[in-house]
Amino acid sequence: MPNLTRWYIRTSFLYLGAALLVGIALAWRTVQPLPGFFSGLQPVYVHLFLVGWVTQLIFGTVYWLFPSPDEEQFHRRVGWATYALINIGLLLRAVSEPLSAPRPGGFWGWLLVLSAVLQWLGGIGFVVTTWPRARLHKKRGR
Amino acid sequence: MPRLSIWFVRTALVNLTIGFSFGALMLSNKGTPFDARLWRLRPAHMELLLVGWLIQLAMGVAFWIAPRWWEPPRRGNVTGAYAAFGLLNVGLWIIVLSTLFGLSDSWRFAGRMIEAAAAAAFLLHLWPRIVGREG
Repeated sequence: MPNLTRWYIRTSFLYLGAALLVGIALAWRTVQPLPGFFSGLQPVYVHLFLVGWVTQLIFGTVYWLFPSPDEEQFHRRVGWATYALINIGLLLRAVSEPLSAPRPGGFWGWLLVLSAVLQWLGGIGFVVTTWPRARLHKKRGR
Repeated sequence: MPRLSIWFVRTALVNLTIGFSFGALMLSNKGTPFDARLWRLRPAHMELLLVGWLIQLAMGVAFWIAPRWWEPPRRGNVTGAYAAFGLLNVGLWIIVLSTLFGLSDSWRFAGRMIEAAAAAAFLLHLWPRIVGREG
């Protein structure tokens, strides 16, 4: 299993744990009133699951499982950049989304824009590296 | 990787690109609001990423990697899998376009029925391949 895959998969399980904790906080809100920050966590909860856990588990597995690329060095670099972009973007979102909710357009709002751009670039990085790897296997001995 | 899996995977990557782009636009709009109409992208964003990306990728990888027979045709009868590819994408885009252009709910219902037919067709193909070494 490549190093990048291990990072993706282990990180994805951290997000699974984080998502479950946020889920507990959201459920606790119905029993005990919590600060307004928590009301902005609903979309964060969904995206910790779907981007942090599911998507990263898939990205890591695809990086490992798909036919190897022609230009390995390029793919390795873009692969690590994708990992960084997705994770920095998602962590920025987790912090800035609830904080920007009361006053969009301020500092936290612009941080949320940055998180959107970083995650989008991460998605594009994954597409760029995976597209050429979705191909027929090369015949052995050529 | 067989040709059909390449189609599934590359189509999934196209949907991932569009779905991520819609998501980035909506998230940016949430941070610094610039056009309230962008919220209309939300159902299409969800459909593209859940059905167009996740399910499509899963089907493509399953077709590639599920156990094969010892003798040709090694993936058995592949008609169901090809039908699933066509039906899934027709159903997906009916739903995406109907939500983007505010078409009636009957379009969405039709899209869902076609997606369900895609799942059934894929199941018909894959079911006999879900076996252990002892058969």
